[in-house]
Amino acid sequence: MLIVLIALFAVALAAPLIFQRMGRSAFYVLAAVPAAGFVWLIGTYSRYTGDNQALANGQPNAPPSSVVSWIPGLQLELAFRLDALSALMSILILGVGALVLFYCARYFKQDDPNIGPFGAQLLAFAGAMFGLVIADNLILLFIFWELTTVLSYLLIGYSRHRLAARRAALQALIVTTFGGLTMLVGLIMLGETAETYRLSDILARAESLTGPLLDIAVVLVLVGAVSKSALVPFHFWLPGAMAAPTPVSAYLHAAAMVKAGIYLIARFAPGFAETTFWLPMVMVLGLATMLIGGWRALRQHDLKLLLAYGTVSQLGFLTMVVGLGGPEGALAGLGLLLAHGFFKATLFLVVGIIDHQSGTRDIRKLAGLGRSAPILAGVSVIAAASMAGVPPLFGFVAKESVYETFVHAAETGPAGVVLLSGVVLGSILTFAYSARFVWGGFAGKGREATPFKRVEGAFLFAPALLTVATVVFGVWPTPLDAIIQPYTTLFEPDGEPAHLALWHGVTPALILSLLTIAAGLALFWFRERMERTQSRLPLLVDNERGYKNIIGALDDAAVWITGRTQRGSLAFYLFVILTMAIVTPLAALVFYDAPLPDQWHWADSPAQAVAGVVIILGAFAAVRANKRFMAVLMVGVTGYGMALVFALQGAPDLALTQLLVETIVLVAFVLALRSLPARLWQREPGRKYRVLRAVLGLSFGLVMAAIAMSAMASRVATPISLEFPGLAYNDGGGENIVNVTLVDIRAWDTFGEISVLAIAATGVASLIFIRGRGDGRIRAHGVKSGSVDRGQEHIDEFGREAAALALAKKFSTVARDAWLVAGRTLAPERRSIIFEVVTRLLFHSIIIFSIYLLLAGHNLPGGGFAGGLMAGLALTIRYLAGGRFELAEASPISAGLLLGAGLATASLTAITPVILGGAVFQSAIIEFTWPVFGDIKFVTSTIFDIGVYMVVVGLVLDVLRSLGSEIDERSEGQSASADPAGMKAQHQEHSESGEEVVR
Amino acid sequence: MSVNITLLVVMAALFAAGIYLLLERSLTRVLLGLILLANGANILLLSTGGFAGLAPLYDADIAPEEYNDPLPQALILTSIVISFAVTAFMLGIIYRSWILGRQDEVQDDIEDRRVAGQGSFDAEDDADVPIETTEFTPVEEAEEAPGSQRPGLAQDTKESR
Repeated sequence: MLIVLIALFAVALAAPLIFQRMGRSAFYVLAAVPAAGFVWLIGTYSRYTGDNQALANGQPNAPPSSVVSWIPGLQLELAFRLDALSALMSILILGVGALVLFYCARYFKQDDPNIGPFGAQLLAFAGAMFGLVIADNLILLFIFWELTTVLSYLLIGYSRHRLAARRAALQALIVTTFGGLTMLVGLIMLGETAETYRLSDILARAESLTGPLLDIAVVLVLVGAVSKSALVPFHFWLPGAMAAPTPVSAYLHAAAMVKAGIYLIARFAPGFAETTFWLPMVMVLGLATMLIGGWRALRQHDLKLLLAYGTVSQLGFLTMVVGLGGPEGALAGLGLLLAHGFFKATLFLVVGIIDHQSGTRDIRKLAGLGRSAPILAGVSVIAAASMAGVPPLFGFVAKESVYETFVHAAETGPAGVVLLSGVVLGSILTFAYSARFVWGGFAGKGREATPFKRVEGAFLFAPALLTVATVVFGVWPTPLDAIIQPYTTLFEPDGEPAHLALWHGVTPALILSLLTIAAGLALFWFRERMERTQSRLPLLVDNERGYKNIIGALDDAAVWITGRTQRGSLAFYLFVILTMAIVTPLAALVFYDAPLPDQWHWADSPAQAVAGVVIILGAFAAVRANKRFMAVLMVGVTGYGMALVFALQGAPDLALTQLLVETIVLVAFVLALRSLPARLWQREPGRKYRVLRAVLGLSFGLVMAAIAMSAMASRVATPISLEFPGLAYNDGGGENIVNVTLVDIRAWDTFGEISVLAIAATGVASLIFIRGRGDGRIRAHGVKSGSVDRGQEHIDEFGREAAALALAKKFSTVARDAWLVAGRTLAPERRSIIFEVVTRLLFHSIIIFSIYLLLAGHNLPGGGFAGGLMAGLALTIRYLAGGRFELAEASPISAGLLLGAGLATASLTAITPVILGGAVFQSAIIEFTWPVFGDIKFVTSTIFDIGVYMVVVGLVLDVLRSLGSEIDERSEGQSASADPAGMKAQHQEHSESGEEVVR
Repeated sequence: MSVNITLLVVMAALFAAGIYLLLERSLTRVLLGLILLANGANILLLSTGGFAGLAPLYDADIAPEEYNDPLPQALILTSIVISFAVTAFMLGIIYRSWILGRQDEVQDDIEDRRVAGQGSFDAEDDADVPIETTEFTPVEEAEEAPGSQRPGLAQDTKESR
């Protein structure tokens, strides 16, 4: 049986290729697969109908089974079992599947573009259904169940360009998935109660399973079945799903998928029909569905919708019979299941042919088809008569035994009588709409005949064959009786076993059948009056609208919640996030009795307290400041205060780095913000908002303090950092423990960090340069002296400034600059000779010092970070003293190259040890003697530090080039364009660089 | 382990001021808030290192307990430099936002506002569709025909060029 299952899916996968080669004839190939499966099933049928249907897997006389372990921890296994019920369902699935696929070959156009995927989905659906009925594990069953749902979604939505089809597909998906998920919950409850997920085991010991949990589980499983089989209140999706191509409707919505619910009920009925809610639920919903479906079918004008409501009605009918429990109901139910498969699939296929040949399915348009297509009409009449329960067809045989069953049920009490009358009433409706179908599709109606193309034999083959089955098994039901009987043995026998037969003698059932036919005929006769009455009555249960309302309410809720939470306001999001950040840890602290520190001290030293006060004052002033640079300066104060705290704490590296960073950040701020207005523009958001912010800020600070205290009070273990000094000196070969930690012990951290630095540097450059990093080399050569940054502000002609300018101009006439390479390019009013001189004196010293910091860092305070920042500071001074060309001259290597080289160097120190047979970032200590330097102890991790140094220099350089030079150039371009007499060349060059400064 | 009240208070003050500024609309203030938050976090790290000790420069005569804890120091060093990079990046953003929109403010997301303001009607789900009684309508063929949309499309592209 696994071979059949795999073959179905495998051919489905390959189907699009087959279609590419063969066009629509490929459906014949596809049809061969389920047909072969069908033949195999019939050939080996006796194996599944053994007397001991309930035996556990593996017992000698048990039905064949096969178990492949999948995820044992979740009790998930590929367990399959093919017993009588499964085999019966498989007949329908494989047989009708093959016929429908065969039919498709004439239904679709040769050049239909989506035909390949369609065929694949239809065949895969057959596979999924087959898997569903042979699955012997609850979860596996669910998987196949949902697979059919998804495939049904795809198949209904075949006409993707049609809104109706898309919507119907989605509706069917939502409804059946809702049911499926409910069922999953039920299945899991069932599995947990039974302590096994093996379906056959659960059913074998169903008697021992009781309790409210089980009752609820069964109800949930039934909800799945009810939704799949389109019972009230979920019945509306099935008529909606008629947007599918008709072969799909014939297969999914008549013969196979909607029967999955019936199968589930049939599967569970032997074990659980006696649970508390089973009978009420199954009977009430089944009867309601039967009557509503039949009633609605009577007023449809679309033949397909008529059939759809008829199917709904029949599904309700089937549910009742199959769900009744007891061998008699089981026999009648499965008989009806087969009968319905035969006649309903036939009728759908006939409707497909009518639509295909005449271009409509509307009863009001169709006329005279009985004459133009007599064979088709004959087939339809037989199938419809079987549906109506007219002897000697199989539908009659099945209905006879159903009546028999309910006549017996009526003897047990008033509920049984109600059921019997309901079933008879439903059957009368069934007769009436069956007649309406034949009349609507084929009668002349005294009108001109609808144009109708001749039907090919191959097109008619499938419905005709099914009709033959209807007739043959009506006259000779014995073989079907034989294959259903084994299933009935699962129920406790009550009296003489029933049989399917055409003639039972004159019984109450026969009388009821005759009554049904007579009343149905009468109902059909008065059809026009009926229609009028119906259209006058309001719809009692309009679940289609109910569904729309529910979905609409969901949409409303989603829009409402989205509107409330996604407001597009950063402040709002931050409020939510921060409130959570305050509340969650606080709750944890309170509820888990966080320890409080038993030791505390005010400060490590008076100086520390002073530094603390400075920091707090700085932070407070930064909050209050309303001038941009004032605020920046105040934040700078906290930064310098931090450096002091670090120094006092015994962290010279931190103090050094903090000082350097603070200085460079200050410069960067000034450079970036100079184009912005000085005042911090403040839209008054209101006092309340400010108080809220203050409260949030203070609570966050306090909670953090509490967390810190409690964290420090909780410390019990010895800090690992006590090992660090030894590690650093003995293994890392350095005395500066912090530096060795960075470049050796925790080198991965640092490697990640410099990557971030490189990204941030590139980010800054990209934000300012827009197109690329702007790494091209710029030289001061050829730039006119005194041309840069000229005339930005008005200078009073006779004031002090003018005198200073005149003096400065004298110096700028010198052709070769004595102090700086590109100082001459600056406009005279921008130059400061003293600054230039100092820069000249300091620059190289600082660079040398930075290299010293880098190299000495292994043993003394310093290292790549501090060294790099120091070199960056030197570049900053050059830029400030000599302008952007000076910076360009001072940096012969581009920032991008520095960043890349730095990362490459660091990566090399990571990889080289691996190549040499060590670990990543392993360092080696090399000692040697040089003539002048004496004994040198060189640690390879220093090379890593050099990489860090280069990256940091690259970062600072990028900041200076972008926030400094490029913004200079842009603002010059701006003032030049404002002043028409200004530097046109500059302006032109600027506009070539491609970006408008102001839009 | 003994808790240093000064460091805790400083940390709390930095966090409080940082959060206050972070919730501002002005981008510059937001950035300053971030810097203060970073400083606060650094103080937190520092305080986990315990008491003020000797600078962690190795000497065989000094017991490991006498140094100030080097591990938080290494973490702080990383943090300082990273926040420098982030600051520089933010500065770039502030400049750009100023150049493009003359705005130094955190803007509300207009698209979010639009979504929040829209109704729940969706043509795909809620529009009325006519009932079809056949799968073989000429309408379908017209929709399906690949050529039907092409001329209009070609015109559009021409115009946009």
